[in-house]
Amino acid sequence: MLESRRFVIIGFFALVGIIYLLRLFYLQVLDESYSIESSSNSIKRVTEIPFRGQIYDRYGKLIVYNTPVYDLLVTPSKVRMDDTLRFCQVVGIERRDFDSLMNAASTYSRMKPSLFLRQLSKEDFASIQDIMVDYSGFEFAKSSLRTYTAPTLANTLGYVSEITKGQLEKQEEPYYRQGDYIGQSGVERIYEDELRGKRGTKFVMQNVAGVYKGPWKNGELDTMAVAGENLYSGLDLEVQQYADSLMVNKVGSVVAIEPKTGQIISMVSAPTYDPNILASRYFSKNFAALVRNPYKPLFNRPVMASYRPGSTFKLIQALIGLQEGVITPGSGFTHANCPVGCHNHPATSTVALGVTHSCNPYFYNVFRRLIYKNNIKNTFKASAVGLDAWHDDIAKFGIGQRLGIDLPSEYKGNLPNKKYYDRFYGEYRWKFSNIYSLSIGEGELLITPLKMANVAAIIANRGYFYTPHVIHAVGDKKTVKPEFLERHETGVEPHNFEPVIEGMIGAVEAGTARRSRVEGITIAGKTGTSQNKRGDDHSIFIAFAPVDDPKIAIAVFVENAGAGGSAAAPIANLIVEKYLSRKVTNKALEERMMKLDLMSKVVLPTTKKPDEAETKKKTEEVKKPTGDPNDPSNRLPGTPHPANPAAMRGPVTLPKQTPKAL
Amino acid sequence: MAESKPITKNVDWMVVLIYIACLIIGWLNIYAAVYNPEAHTSMFDLSNNAGKQLMWIGTAALLIICILVIDYKFYETFSFVIYAVVIFLLVVVLFAGSNINGSRSWIKLGSFSLQPAEFSKLAISLAISKYLSDPAISLNRRLKDYYPIMGVIALPAFLILLSNETGSMLVFASFAIVLYREGMPGVIPAIGIIGAALLIITLLFVKWYIAGAIIVIAGLVIWLMPVMTRRRGGLWATIIVACVMIGIVFGVDFFMNNVLQKHQRGRIMVLLDPDSDPRGIGWNVIQSKIAIGSGGMTGKGFLQGTQTKFDFVPEQSTDFIFCTVGEEHGFLGTAIVVFLFVALISRLVVLAERQRSRFARVYGYCVAGIIFFHFLVNVGMTIGLMPVIGIPLPFFSYGGSSLWSFSVLLFIFLKIDAQRPFTLSRG
Repeated sequence: MLESRRFVIIGFFALVGIIYLLRLFYLQVLDESYSIESSSNSIKRVTEIPFRGQIYDRYGKLIVYNTPVYDLLVTPSKVRMDDTLRFCQVVGIERRDFDSLMNAASTYSRMKPSLFLRQLSKEDFASIQDIMVDYSGFEFAKSSLRTYTAPTLANTLGYVSEITKGQLEKQEEPYYRQGDYIGQSGVERIYEDELRGKRGTKFVMQNVAGVYKGPWKNGELDTMAVAGENLYSGLDLEVQQYADSLMVNKVGSVVAIEPKTGQIISMVSAPTYDPNILASRYFSKNFAALVRNPYKPLFNRPVMASYRPGSTFKLIQALIGLQEGVITPGSGFTHANCPVGCHNHPATSTVALGVTHSCNPYFYNVFRRLIYKNNIKNTFKASAVGLDAWHDDIAKFGIGQRLGIDLPSEYKGNLPNKKYYDRFYGEYRWKFSNIYSLSIGEGELLITPLKMANVAAIIANRGYFYTPHVIHAVGDKKTVKPEFLERHETGVEPHNFEPVIEGMIGAVEAGTARRSRVEGITIAGKTGTSQNKRGDDHSIFIAFAPVDDPKIAIAVFVENAGAGGSAAAPIANLIVEKYLSRKVTNKALEERMMKLDLMSKVVLPTTKKPDEAETKKKTEEVKKPTGDPNDPSNRLPGTPHPANPAAMRGPVTLPKQTPKAL
Repeated sequence: MAESKPITKNVDWMVVLIYIACLIIGWLNIYAAVYNPEAHTSMFDLSNNAGKQLMWIGTAALLIICILVIDYKFYETFSFVIYAVVIFLLVVVLFAGSNINGSRSWIKLGSFSLQPAEFSKLAISLAISKYLSDPAISLNRRLKDYYPIMGVIALPAFLILLSNETGSMLVFASFAIVLYREGMPGVIPAIGIIGAALLIITLLFVKWYIAGAIIVIAGLVIWLMPVMTRRRGGLWATIIVACVMIGIVFGVDFFMNNVLQKHQRGRIMVLLDPDSDPRGIGWNVIQSKIAIGSGGMTGKGFLQGTQTKFDFVPEQSTDFIFCTVGEEHGFLGTAIVVFLFVALISRLVVLAERQRSRFARVYGYCVAGIIFFHFLVNVGMTIGLMPVIGIPLPFFSYGGSSLWSFSVLLFIFLKIDAQRPFTLSRG
């Protein structure tokens, strides 16, 4: 009887075997979910970030490049630490930070490496690496950081930082992921697509601890990272730094353009800051300090700040007047019967003299003739038709429109037309007598320094311009954007420029800018004095040189510096001389300009009492649409009253902060 | 003895072939488990587990030759001596053992370690066989005949428990099979199986429902038994059994919380719901199931497994070697392994049944039972049907002690079996 138990036993063995086979069949053949989990388990996508493109100046000098930096990663489960305090000292963090960083890393994963400290410089890396033999669980990952040859061009070049949450959500193609770097302003932002290169993707196998275990399928599916394309600019680094030094302790802009091509030679936005401070691991601290700075160093004044053009606008008036035939080169006007005042100067019997002495009544009359040229009897209708005709002529100079420079946030400016005044006065309820301040570049006209530099370039070219641009060629193939090769005509014939240029030469040789003339170089220039409500007039000067073969056109704006001849003209002429002859002869003037400190004169926007500001605005709107054009707070969010207005002068150099983690 | 024929003629070649097949498949999978595409080492390199295993296989072959050469009577005659030696080693290891993975059960000899607990299975098998070879012993009549058996098992079990190697101790449950064959009433293994089933059910369902179900079943039994079997008197027995079962149901909590250690409790809970602790105890089970499940029908190919190779499955060359088979060779591979084991143990039962001596038969059943139990638990845990208990898969898992002990265990039986034509029946 007991022998028969063997069948029970064998039957039991067979039963277990069958159960196991069924279970295995289910797990391996029927249930697909496990194979999916397996691949997500052990195959990982690794993204390779390519080097960002470099930027060169007009002589092939590097302006922006990349330096390798090192991120310190920690794998909490592997950390062996005998002397935590020494570690903290060498790495440069507090014990408190160490604990919180370690905690954060452990919360993420004990087995996988997570970021501990980012962007350590080569020097930091070297000193930390020395002691790393005593500590396990840490490793370095190489990445790169934007580096700038010279502490200049901060706003033009822009900065690169981690993509913001808003940008992440707004992107059309899902290219960027959290933690990616993206160009945030300036050239870095406009040429982001060219600069960023092509990310590479690698599929690698990893073990349970997330440790690399070789390529998957021998790298068949991998794509290589392609470095970003280099950018070639027309900037002259030497002249740029010279211009920077002249603009120290002033608020304003310098824009220099090569008239024949439209390439930007120099672009100063003062006060400025060292771009390297935004390309370090102290980004957030430094950026916050720049944002808080009452002088707004992040505000790219050459393309964003709005001013009235003042007398520099008379050049365009003269050109249009000549082109439209309302005046001839020999036309003269006196101060008689003119509502605009003037200073004492010799008689202005020609266009050239009118320009040289910047005679207000002269251009009042020119403008009057332009507006009433149409011979319509009704002065209201005549003004309306005349203004629109005038508007179209002026617009060809780029006034009141975006020029299309390769920098973000270019301000359009303001060039009023019929519709503009109708909004305030009603149709045919205004006439020339309401708008004559336009004749001398005041009133509702708003321009940017870039536009005036472009006007100088137009005059230098005798009638045409190329869109001003910082970058003229992209990549190894030196691709040129077609829009920068397009010649824009103003419709003013070349012969009409000669009397105006003659007047501009006169202005530098014997007129309003005579104190800053340069020996040996014929500069044609025009001063401007831009009125503004908040303080002293802004000093403006536009010029080009040499007259016969113009190589540089320049506009200099110095806020609250008074007349155009006092600050803007000397600075412009020094820069022109520096660019053309690589040296400066008038050392005394140079030293005076460098030492000139106007920061105390600069009136910072203050927060007005809301009710007061409100009522004031209303009455202004009813009366006349002035609105303070020079108040950046009109277009920017209001800034708090500065506690220490003199805190930031000239190039902002922030003290190196005590290293702070992440 | 005079007409002794060459051993090669009488040895059971089917078992030997299965044994060799298991060794080869096992060794290749150990190589796959430790294979590192970066630091490529040969499968013969002694620095990795595959190379070492090859050395263990070689030494096992020497041992087998010795076993086949030694007179078959040696094992029966010296069975108690062998038992005594193993007990001695188990005592020694308690004091001189080196600590590996929390269990003080290894004797270190140079760079190699030996685990005496592995040989306790052999010792107990021989001792039980020797004891039962006495025809006067009857397991279905006298309770006191069980005492020596219990003693023989309990002594090494206690020593192993002291060295914290619970897995090896649980293997002793496999002796239930041989005892059942030799006359132990069938209710005892039945109670064991029902008890284990109750434990699992209790952890899965509400206790009151189970108690209610037991009462209903007991009622049906009391009502139907007289009708079906025309026997009476089962009333009280049924009531007692039902009460005991209900008692177990409510005693499980106590058992789980007070008797079992924390990690043992965790292993049982994970069996029921692996996701309850995916990064802890559940990790092994989940990762092992992913590895096996990702193999599909034909597997990813030799050395192509990503789960086992990259250490997602812990102990992949020892206790979880079956995962490598499953991942790289798919259902075909695992089915072959399951088939090999079922064929081996069934063949062993067949061989045991044809023995003329009771000693040989009992020993044969012991071998079959031990190998079966290892297979049951080891494969069961990798596919989530058994709690995680660290015992090796015979002939497959890496490890010298386990390979030696299983080889010795198996080939002693093959030697005895080979001599069968020349022995007289005694029992």
